[in-house]
Amino acid sequence: MTEISSYRDQHFKGSRGELDKMLRISTTMYVGNLAFYTTEGQIYELFSKCGDIKRIIMGLDKFKKTPCGFCFIEYYTREDAENCMRFVNGTRLDDRIIRTDWDAGFLEGRQYGRGKTGGQVRDEYRTDYDIGRGGYGKNAQPKADMIIFGRNKDALPMD
Amino acid sequence: MSRRRVHDSYEDVYGADRGYKKRRRGGSESNDLEDRLESLVLKVGENTTSTIESNLEGLASVLDGDIQNFKKKVLKLLVECAVNMPEKCTIYSTLVGLLNAKNYNFGGEFVENIVRSFKDSLKNNSWNEARVVLRFIGDLVNCHVVSASSFVQLMGSLLDVTKEDGVPNVRKDWYCYAVMSCLPWVGRELYEKRESPLEMLLTTIEVYLNKRPKKHVNMLRIWSTDVPHPQEEYLECLWNQIKKLKHDSWTETIIPRPYLTFDNVLCEALQHNLPPIVPPPHHNACVYPMPWVVYRMFDYTDVTDGHIMPGAHSIERFLVEEHLQQIIDMSCKNRKECATNLMNFVHKNKVPLEYCIVEVIFSLMFHQPKPKYLEVMFGSVFIELSKLSTNTMPLVLAQTTEILYSRIESMHVCAFDRFVSWFAYHLSNFKFSWSWQEWADCLALDPEHPKPKFVREVLQKAMRLSFYERMRDIVPPDFEPLLPEKPEPKFKYAIEKSTLPGQFLSNTLLTKIRNKTTPEDIIEILKEPLMSENGEIMEPADIGISNPTKVDAFVQTLLFIASKSFSHAFAAITKFISVFKALGETDDGQLQILRSTFELWSADQQMLTVLIDKMLKTQIIECSSVANWIFSKDMIPEFTKLYIWEILSLTINKMSRHVDRLTRELNEAREKLRTTAAISNSSDDSDTETEKAEVKPRQLTTTTFGGQGVPMDVDDNVTEEMVERMEEKLEMAQADQKNLFLIVFQRFIMILSEHLVKCDTDDRPFDTYWYKYTVGRLQQVFLAHHEQVQKYSSTLEGLLFTQDLDIHILEVFHQFLALRS
Repeated sequence: MTEISSYRDQHFKGSRGELDKMLRISTTMYVGNLAFYTTEGQIYELFSKCGDIKRIIMGLDKFKKTPCGFCFIEYYTREDAENCMRFVNGTRLDDRIIRTDWDAGFLEGRQYGRGKTGGQVRDEYRTDYDIGRGGYGKNAQPKADMIIFGRNKDALPMD
Repeated sequence: MSRRRVHDSYEDVYGADRGYKKRRRGGSESNDLEDRLESLVLKVGENTTSTIESNLEGLASVLDGDIQNFKKKVLKLLVECAVNMPEKCTIYSTLVGLLNAKNYNFGGEFVENIVRSFKDSLKNNSWNEARVVLRFIGDLVNCHVVSASSFVQLMGSLLDVTKEDGVPNVRKDWYCYAVMSCLPWVGRELYEKRESPLEMLLTTIEVYLNKRPKKHVNMLRIWSTDVPHPQEEYLECLWNQIKKLKHDSWTETIIPRPYLTFDNVLCEALQHNLPPIVPPPHHNACVYPMPWVVYRMFDYTDVTDGHIMPGAHSIERFLVEEHLQQIIDMSCKNRKECATNLMNFVHKNKVPLEYCIVEVIFSLMFHQPKPKYLEVMFGSVFIELSKLSTNTMPLVLAQTTEILYSRIESMHVCAFDRFVSWFAYHLSNFKFSWSWQEWADCLALDPEHPKPKFVREVLQKAMRLSFYERMRDIVPPDFEPLLPEKPEPKFKYAIEKSTLPGQFLSNTLLTKIRNKTTPEDIIEILKEPLMSENGEIMEPADIGISNPTKVDAFVQTLLFIASKSFSHAFAAITKFISVFKALGETDDGQLQILRSTFELWSADQQMLTVLIDKMLKTQIIECSSVANWIFSKDMIPEFTKLYIWEILSLTINKMSRHVDRLTRELNEAREKLRTTAAISNSSDDSDTETEKAEVKPRQLTTTTFGGQGVPMDVDDNVTEEMVERMEEKLEMAQADQKNLFLIVFQRFIMILSEHLVKCDTDDRPFDTYWYKYTVGRLQQVFLAHHEQVQKYSSTLEGLLFTQDLDIHILEVFHQFLALRS
């Protein structure tokens, strides 16, 4: 459960070998599938069950500077980070199954979403309706009336 | 039957290995064969369609055929299997038995090897391993490999340890436990062959158990009463189970005994006598397992249908629990695998599986002094189990929660904390659905009663994983008094025109900080005398920086500005660290920082905890100040809330980790000094979050720490002088650690004595909820940090836990001493 997944950061400055080497010794986690409204405090509460946290970097919308559903967590030790992969990955926070993965370490700029509209790329192409992540995907926004008839008004995409 | 044929038919059992055989052609045949043998040995008895007996027979023939080529390898492998796969003990003992029957010399060599392994584990203090190996040797008696008489002799010499003088009781306990836990396996055989020596062994055990002190038991109990289930110390419990086993003519229904099938072959085999084995003598570096109390939560009446729960004194209960624990130990790093293996438990058709699993996991989670694994590991395994057993597991967990809640008055506060934490976590993974109304009884109780306390703490913890409004929505309206406060800052100086003495200063600071003033400018502002709004200097004019009003105005204002998130608060602390350090120069200053932080964030326990943690890491405040603050008058209303103890525990842990690291580094440096020629080089001791360049006089006299346990490489060029400096540093840290414990224990003694005296003069019963809670917390500090506290026990005995102390308080100290005595 602590193996490195197949995902590789395409913006990494360095060779694939270097990246893999860093992933193997890293104490930083990427955390995905968070609700936009999940706070740093909630993340801290759950992830500190595996060990002392050095820092949390919330993922932000490039333009709006609001949380956009991911974060980085840095532990002090590899062991704690491994336990996070073992026992937190795939469990729930704010009713969502969150995903953790090894990260080579936070660099300035990586806290921002890389999608065209400022959020994460996955939220541009998503076709499902996800209330925790602003409703429909940005490129799949149906007409307004469909939303109103289909869902109650609380479920409108947040903007 | 030719060897070849056995070979082939055996391969049919392992269909998957046939492909392997094809690939092997033309390759290095001997290595391939070796690998294949290894895989066959490791997997024997797992996932096969044919019987275990036919597998064993086949495997024994294969091994015997190749024994001259691979003897060393096979011996090593079989010993490893015996050590590492205790749950397959009887399978491997049977295999060894069959091999011994075919090849007496091989049997002899195996006995030699396994005995060496046993001696090594004793020497290395690998107690659990030693116990497993001893049991395996015992099982070899069943397989006619080892003679019953020599095994009885071995048990006798192990039990001689219980008669030693001047050794810790925990040493005697372990030897007694190791012998007893062989008896379910080999008891029957010894009874048949060596009845009277067995009787003598049992008498020795009984004599020992009757005279051993049991002072430690009360500290380790999870439940303070024996109603409904007696909570027995582990040796007592096993002894009762053994007595019942004996009464049942040494028969049990759990252990698979494949050797019975081969009785006609095995009884022909010649047996080996074990060499005399003398337990290695005790020395100071030996650390023996701590005693424990067997956790009991269920009996047969709790299980409404299906299989019957074995009684507390039936050996089956012990065997099932031990096996389930082995499964957890083996798959503790993979929660899904762990859950699957537990649900596939081989004896699931003999016991109420879910109940057994839940009881075992809770026993590990509540284990004293600390849970065997991370608490979140247990929680995540329960989630996986609930997915696998959708019909039963959620119901059993709900029933368990009900049972724990109904008995919570007698639950130890250590377990209370873990129960709260698990339940909140579990709820957050299951959409917070719970029938709270059934717990409405707690609303009418004294708020200090453990029931309302539990509900309040669960909602608090659950809120930390969720948010305030969600908590308000999940509980019925009448639970409102138990809801946490909405976690918001309470900024004292929010009303700009208030008459508070620090108001004008706060207004100034607010503007300055928002306008990005430097820390140096803030220090200058704080040096000015306090002023009222109209610009008059308040009397007496105070140009000191540590004036409590100034500290308060700064801390409240800065942390209020940075109240948006942890990151904002951390950034603010980092930016203004020099101001904090100046304000916290004195103990009073540090206390005021804590007080002001608390007043701002009293509604947000998590923020408060995280901020104090940060202030410790950045050395704005010292551990001793946190301890003093927790026991201060201001904190009395908070004293019985869980987060206070979270803070105390993180404070003590921080200190302990620091001392541990310095110790480790010193040892490494000493080692290097011994082995290498030393060339002078300065060492890097920047183990703090503060700037390395910032060397202040205070840092010389106080403990410094920050980042956790990241091992610092000791420089290759170690000098005598460097080691001396490290020694000094360690000594200083140890003095601080001792001081911290002295403060904590002294405060405990003070408040408890005060309470006892007051109850005595008022002629009231002293055993209040507050008293039980506080004594529980005192026990918790002793238990959770026992390794560190142990080092100072003679100081504690001389200075604090003196004979004139109230017996109730002294008792806790004596219980603690008994843990390792």
